[in-house]
Amino acid sequence: MSTLLTVRVALRALGANKMRTALTTLGIVIGVGAVVALMSVGAGSQAQVTAQIQGLGTNLLFVRPGSTAVGGVQTGAGGAATLTLTDAQALAQLPTVADAAAELMGFGQVVGQGQNWNTRLLGITQSYLGVRNATMARGEWFAQDDLDSRTPVAVLGSTVAQRLFTEGDPVGQAVRITARGGVGGSFRVIGVMARRGSGPFGDQDDLIYLPITTMVVRLFSQRAVSGVPQVSTINVQVADQALIDQAVAEIGEVLRTRHRVDTDDFTIQSQQEFLEAFNQILGTFTLLLGAIAGISLVVGGIGIMNIMLVSVTERTHEIGIRKAVGARRRDILAQFIVESITVSVLGGMLGIAVGSAVASLLSRVQLPSATGGAATALQTLVTVDSIVLAFGVSVAVGLFFGIYPANRAATLNPIDALRSE
Amino acid sequence: MSADVIIRVEGVTKVYTMGEEKVHALRGITLDIVRGTYVSIMGPSGSGKSTLFNMIGGLDRPSDGEVIMEGFRFGELSSGQMAWIRCHKVGFIFQSFNLIPSMTALDNVAIARIFSGLTPAQARRDAAGSLEQVGLGNRMDHLPSELSGGQQQRVAIARAIVNRPEVILADEPTGNLDLRTGEDIINLLGKMKMDLNITVIFVTHERDIAYHTRRIIRLRDGRVVADEPVPDGLFLEAERTLAAAAAAKAAPAQPNGGRSLGAPSADARRAAVAP
Repeated sequence: MSTLLTVRVALRALGANKMRTALTTLGIVIGVGAVVALMSVGAGSQAQVTAQIQGLGTNLLFVRPGSTAVGGVQTGAGGAATLTLTDAQALAQLPTVADAAAELMGFGQVVGQGQNWNTRLLGITQSYLGVRNATMARGEWFAQDDLDSRTPVAVLGSTVAQRLFTEGDPVGQAVRITARGGVGGSFRVIGVMARRGSGPFGDQDDLIYLPITTMVVRLFSQRAVSGVPQVSTINVQVADQALIDQAVAEIGEVLRTRHRVDTDDFTIQSQQEFLEAFNQILGTFTLLLGAIAGISLVVGGIGIMNIMLVSVTERTHEIGIRKAVGARRRDILAQFIVESITVSVLGGMLGIAVGSAVASLLSRVQLPSATGGAATALQTLVTVDSIVLAFGVSVAVGLFFGIYPANRAATLNPIDALRSE
Repeated sequence: MSADVIIRVEGVTKVYTMGEEKVHALRGITLDIVRGTYVSIMGPSGSGKSTLFNMIGGLDRPSDGEVIMEGFRFGELSSGQMAWIRCHKVGFIFQSFNLIPSMTALDNVAIARIFSGLTPAQARRDAAGSLEQVGLGNRMDHLPSELSGGQQQRVAIARAIVNRPEVILADEPTGNLDLRTGEDIINLLGKMKMDLNITVIFVTHERDIAYHTRRIIRLRDGRVVADEPVPDGLFLEAERTLAAAAAAKAAPAQPNGGRSLGAPSADARRAAVAP
């Protein structure tokens, strides 16, 4: 029996019970829709993270101190205080390196205009703005002179600015910063950063930028060893993407020579490695969401099976007639399988439409920021992969749950089928 | 075995188990049916005639014994091969017509042709031919529910002959029809038998119907109790009655202007229903 005709017979049978077909299809629509919508949330956050990591800058390498052993106890990566500001200056001289910006991380309590807030302190060099691809919302960035003369000036992240200065322009105002494990000092605000948003590294706007030299001297005077500040990260911008491997090798050589060591007392991580690590985690997360939604697809499949069994029972007499006039087992089998696949394919297509619609609704949802910053939109992305997956699974569901009822119909004894009314 | 024997039934028994009880529907039937003959199987209800019908048509399998059609021993055939036999060798006509309600007359006939391997277009063409043969050329696109009983049985006959079978098996074909429509159907079956030169086997409990055939096999209690030719006198009388009825019906149809064979039977049906 030709496929086209089988499909037509199936459509007619489905059309004869519109309500029932609609409800059975709805089960698959919900299942596929859930898979598409939830996977769009996963893929959306993946895209967001990718954009954010790429937004950190171009062709970046992150150099951090390695681990150190204190009495046989290994600290983790970054535990050693081996990198210094002069290391950063040396790396910036390399031909493969476009620029290098050092940063030193700390925490502190900041007071301004009667408000106070606990935040991260980031001591940085002048080149940080360019290397990390950051932009200012208002005011100015540090001048090289601020670093050289250790001026007590600060640039606020937008969250901090919002917290401390509920009204009025923070630029020109004074803030008092007390570092954890350090001392306090008064700083003049010279600028506010543009919003960078929340990401895998937390709220990117909940911090205060200080010249690294000022920070070391005024807040952490004890950390200055022989006048050269230690740093927690050197952000290295490689001149060209093709030079990244060469740059990694050269940086390693320079640092080993400068530190007079044979084994690395630092680690170099590329932006790409970062991206891959996060993509792996979020890919798993996306699949997990899809799998949870997939459960509803299985429930929809059971709905198909249920209705197909009812359909076989109802049409037993018709099956008997078909057998009497010469239908083979596989003719009957094909008829019912095509019927169940038709339901699941129809449901799959509608489900993809519904899932995409839900995804676009979800992208209008505003997520409140954990640190009280501006709300961010939930990002969703309906990928071709998720559509192909959802559609494929729905066809498989129709096939799988259609086989049992169809086989039951096909193996009926013709006379038993004919006798039933 | 003589080459003329198309169907041989050898010691066929059928036992149904109903709960604890065993029902012997057939208790050992042996008979030959010669190709091209017109045979009735008669018996009261419960005699096993319908069970025998199912065995001969390959719709059911015997508990013991063998049905052989044109050398095919049914017991040795797979269910797929039995489907092939039902498709190509046998045409069924049932008391309750057994048409698929959701399909038009044309598709009900075409489906048998499709199962024999034709494309839908070819099948429809052949089905249209068969429907013309039974006088339903103008009713092809009607659903069974839009047709009278006699017309539905004509669709069933068209379906039975569309694959050019060797044997037509008819189980009480007039059982659900009034007398005159029944006569039409008997007439049509006789004509088809002559035109196509096929073997026709009737299962019936009505003596008058059986007299239209040339041989009557009587069953009682699952056994053959008599197997004899219809005496020429009775057969000819039955044929004369039928011819007269056909002539009587044809005459008043003329003034209405060449109506199809289907229409008068609908009239007859209405006449029978009217108080």
